Amino acid sequence: MKNRKSLLDIISESTFIHIIMAILCGFIVGAGFLAIMGLSVGDAYGRLLSSVTSLKGFTYVIVYSVPYIVAGLSVAFSFKTGVFNIGAEGQFVVGSMAAAVVGIVLGDLPKPVLIPLCFLAAMVMGGLWGVIVAFLKTKWGINEVLSMIMFNWIAFYLSNFIAGIPGIKNEGSAEATRNISENASMLFPKDFIRSAGIAPTANWGILVAIAAMLFVWFVINKTTLGYRLKAVGFNRNAAEYGGISVNASILTALAISGALAGLAGALQLMGMGNRISIFSSQEGFGFAGIVVALIGCSNAFGVFVAGLFYGALMYGGSKLNLVGAPTQLINVIVGTVVFFIAISAIFKHIKNMKIRARAKEGIK
Amino acid sequence: MRAKGVDDLSKEHIDMNVPVIEMRNIVKKFGNFVANDGINLTVHKGEIHAILGENGAGKSTLMNQLYGLLKPTSGDILVRGQKIVMNSPRDAINAGIGMVHQHFMLVQPFTVTENIILGNEPVRGIKLDIQKARQNVMEISQRYGLSIDPDAKIEDISVGMQQRVEILKALYRGAEILILDEPTSSLTPQEIVELIEIMHNLTADGKSIILITHKLKEIKEAADFCSIIRAGKYIDTVDVDQVDENDLASLMVGRKVTFKVDKPEQAPGEVVLNVHDLHGLDYRGVEILKGLDLQVRAGEIVGIAGIDGNGQTELVEILTGLRKATSGEATIKGVSILNKSPAFGFRHGVSSIPADRQKHGLVLEFSIEDNLILQNYEEAPYARRKILQRDEIGTHATSSIQNFDIRPSGSEKRAARTLSGGNQQKVIIAREVQNDKDLLIAVNPTRGLDVGAIEYVHQYIVQQRNKGKAVLLVSFELDEIMSLSDVIDVIFDGKIVSSIPGGEADENYLGLMMAGGAKE
Repeated sequence: MKNRKSLLDIISESTFIHIIMAILCGFIVGAGFLAIMGLSVGDAYGRLLSSVTSLKGFTYVIVYSVPYIVAGLSVAFSFKTGVFNIGAEGQFVVGSMAAAVVGIVLGDLPKPVLIPLCFLAAMVMGGLWGVIVAFLKTKWGINEVLSMIMFNWIAFYLSNFIAGIPGIKNEGSAEATRNISENASMLFPKDFIRSAGIAPTANWGILVAIAAMLFVWFVINKTTLGYRLKAVGFNRNAAEYGGISVNASILTALAISGALAGLAGALQLMGMGNRISIFSSQEGFGFAGIVVALIGCSNAFGVFVAGLFYGALMYGGSKLNLVGAPTQLINVIVGTVVFFIAISAIFKHIKNMKIRARAKEGIK
Repeated sequence: MRAKGVDDLSKEHIDMNVPVIEMRNIVKKFGNFVANDGINLTVHKGEIHAILGENGAGKSTLMNQLYGLLKPTSGDILVRGQKIVMNSPRDAINAGIGMVHQHFMLVQPFTVTENIILGNEPVRGIKLDIQKARQNVMEISQRYGLSIDPDAKIEDISVGMQQRVEILKALYRGAEILILDEPTSSLTPQEIVELIEIMHNLTADGKSIILITHKLKEIKEAADFCSIIRAGKYIDTVDVDQVDENDLASLMVGRKVTFKVDKPEQAPGEVVLNVHDLHGLDYRGVEILKGLDLQVRAGEIVGIAGIDGNGQTELVEILTGLRKATSGEATIKGVSILNKSPAFGFRHGVSSIPADRQKHGLVLEFSIEDNLILQNYEEAPYARRKILQRDEIGTHATSSIQNFDIRPSGSEKRAARTLSGGNQQKVIIAREVQNDKDLLIAVNPTRGLDVGAIEYVHQYIVQQRNKGKAVLLVSFELDEIMSLSDVIDVIFDGKIVSSIPGGEADENYLGLMMAGGAKE
């Protein structure tokens, strides 16, 4: 009985309603664009829905979602602790590359050793990328947003450089690394995939994402570390006055956040990508993590659901051209959703206006 | 020797035929909670009208409705006879109402001038005319005798100075009706005298003032009429000349209040805090502590009396690890705590009630129970193997809420932000007193509290002393210093210029010393 009540409380929490309303607004604006282009709203949204609800489509959604969920957890963790990890993008990239290097160079190691090793390499590199920025901030007061954006570019070019090194680079004509060892791949067995009729890239990554979600929830809500980081995030003056080291907290927060983003990069590689291309522009998984964290209200469970939602949009969006709608429509929807979340106070205002109107009627 | 102006006793300046503010049968509900239950208030032109009530009685709620921050559930507000509906403070400002909040609404990185002109900036073309702004600010500041540094940044100036900026801001906007929410809570006695003079100048000018305060003495000195609110209900409006402080106190709390603090004679023990030849800089990098000596022994309360800006703030910041000293010594039972972290001081016996409770004392977004363990969150029983023990934390909070009369009860999981100022302060005091360290530093511990709450706070401070703890009390309330301290040290220009036994203190002598008067 008690549980049901608390669930109701959670649902009735205003921020939750705001998010739903923002998502609705996103789809309404998207529909407006479709209408302007003279396309059928029903066809496009119908395709979006049908492409993610089939068994194969749904497994694709899960596969797509994993890196978004974990990157979202990375950013959400930083939000909770008062830092804005806009550097998740770079941490994702270096994490992915670290996992690739390990997965290629040490490819002969057995699966149970190699997979954790790839994760570890990715998390260490991602964490390091976060810690360097935190160090610059705490030691010399360098604005973390600026240095993170710089570090995103450093990661980008570093990754392209490593991908071109002989031994790592693909021996064929592809501008990419070699494929990672079979032993570093997280794909389900091929026979199982074929017989079950699920997405060919179906993999174990979702379990890691669930573990990461539980980890973030646990650290933030149950541990002294989470208490300390949140205190610094909410009021660093009081935290310092209370004896908490603010600098140590920022370093720890960005190390964990960076490690999560790095892990997201490894999951993307080992579950889907299998190799890393020489990119011409930033891929944007880390930036997507910011969107996911926003939609998920920086709450671990919320981020998980938001990541699935985002993955569904990305996968379903790729099918939109089948009905003649541009895939960029998804970007319009996502952008609108973020916009309305950012100004979610407007929804409160609508409620106030209603109350006011009712009050006026009452006066009459 | 507070100013008793000639117009204090006469009410000639009040135009009783012209009500500028009428609040009729105001009811304000938050969910099921009735914060204001049918309150009536009439303020006339030229009147200083005090509103008296305990913390959480509903004074601020009432004033927030007058200032357009909240809308009444029912009831009418009339300004100069006109019924108006205020949707935002903008409407209130346009109606000639200005408000100075208890918790300041200032932009920290902006200068004093920039804050005062905010939203009302003089321009030349499209350019902000900062010279003119500065000049305007200086004019008002001089006209009302509120001296300020117009170019200082808010984050660098003391709480007392920030209060002045708030008052100037309302005056700058040409408010005809001023709402002052606890305006004197951070002012020194001299400044209070000046403020009361200013208030009388303003009313002589035809302005009206609504004064929210817990300080009975100030109501007697400044106000013409006083309306009393208790637990959201309107109790009475009295002519201040017809009542004394005891009447007001009883009306407010609904019971008899004692002003005397019961403090048994007690011989002090060993020296706990020893400060010798302490030098330190202020925020501008100017030397403000110039060789300060101070001793606090076990079982005694040492009160630091002084005018804001003579080094008290910096002294406390150095002792609590927030500021570095340039030279000197400060030890707790022989262990130097100089230029160490706040955590180091805490481990070696320093606990403190900070001056700015919202900035340093509390994490407002945290629940009460989480705020109560701010220094101890890593220790048993609140944490075991780095995992927070929610049951223990909750039990601790429940007992603290009960023992320290934190209201509302059952608020363990509520964010500290939702409590009234007085109850926020009780949370800090509950935490610091229960930390039970050798030294308790209390800085303006009763700022903004009502007499009922002050009574509790004073009891807890004296209790620590009686238990043999050393207490350093820094306060701008001379009454508080005089009634609690075993020894009063007067600070002037970065030094202790006089140290006298608490019992022998006399307000005039202290005032003279605080103003830098020589020892005879």
